[in-house]
Amino acid sequence: MTLVLNRIDDRLIHGQVVVGWGQPLDVRFIVLVDDAVAESEWEQELYRMGVPPEMEIRFHSAADAATRLDEYRMEGQPGILLTGDIATMRALVERGGVRDVNIGGIHHRAGRVQHLRYVFLSEAEQEALRELATHGALVTAQDVPAARAIPLNELLGAREDA
Amino acid sequence: MNDPVRRALVAGHADFAAGLVSAVELITGRGSVLVPIQVKGLCGDDIQQLLYETMKESGVRVIFTDLQVGSCTMAARKVLRTLGEGTLVAGANLPMLLDFALSSNPDIAAAAEQAAERGRVAVSVHKGGGIPA
Repeated sequence: MTLVLNRIDDRLIHGQVVVGWGQPLDVRFIVLVDDAVAESEWEQELYRMGVPPEMEIRFHSAADAATRLDEYRMEGQPGILLTGDIATMRALVERGGVRDVNIGGIHHRAGRVQHLRYVFLSEAEQEALRELATHGALVTAQDVPAARAIPLNELLGAREDA
Repeated sequence: MNDPVRRALVAGHADFAAGLVSAVELITGRGSVLVPIQVKGLCGDDIQQLLYETMKESGVRVIFTDLQVGSCTMAARKVLRTLGEGTLVAGANLPMLLDFALSSNPDIAAAAEQAAERGRVAVSVHKGGGIPA
C-alpha cells in the first residue's frame, strides 16, 4: 500500500478525513503537512487526540515533507497525505512527485467565489490549481468517497450562489 | 416557567445542532437554553472565530459537539484554550441534551458533566424485540 489519498482540506483532521475516508480505505496513518502545526506541540496533541488509536499522524513542514514522501509511499499500510491549502500541496507536487490531488474542502473567505458547496476559490487559487495540472497532477474535487470526483475543468467552470 | 437563559452552545456537522435543539424544544420546551451553531461552509478558522465570538458575547462557557474528531470539536478546544476556561462535551446525543436542558444545577459545568454521563448510559441495543441485559 501507499499514500492512497492526497487531499487539500482547510479543516485538516476532521470527520470526513478520519471517518469518511479513513474507514473505507483502512487508513493507518496521516501525513499532515502544515508549517504552523509542525511548529506547535499543542496543536499536534490536539490532532492526535482526534484520531482512533489504530491511526497514526506524522507532522511535517512543507519543505520537510517533500523529502519524505518516497519513504511514505513505500509503507506497507495505506495512508493519507493532507495539506490545509493549495500552496502547500503545490510544493509537494513540484518537489515530492504527487500525481493526483483531491480537493476536499476549501471554505468561504473574503475574495473567494463559491464553486461547489465545499470549494471556494480566489482567482489566484484557481490559477494555482491550473498550475498543479500543468505539473502533471490529476486534480479533482470530492468531499467524501460516495460522491463523484469532479474534474478540475468542471470545478473551475462551476459557480454556485453562496 | 420563565424563559430559560442560554447555558450552552451546540455545534456539529450539517444540521446536527439545529436538529437536536429543535428536538429538545419539542420534548421539554426548554430548547432556548441551547444555542445551535451553524457551521456549514466555514473553514476551521472561521468556526473557531464564530464559537469564540458567540461565547464572548453570550457569556456561555459550555459547548456540546457531535464528533470527537470533528472540526467543531477541534475549533472548540482551541477556543477554550484561548479563553482559559469552559467545558467541552464531544459526542453529544439527545438524551444528554435533554438532561442538560432540564437541569437546574446553577453550576453549569457540573450540569454538563452530569448530562454527559446520562448521555453515555442512554445508549442501548435491542435485538429481536428482547429486553437488553
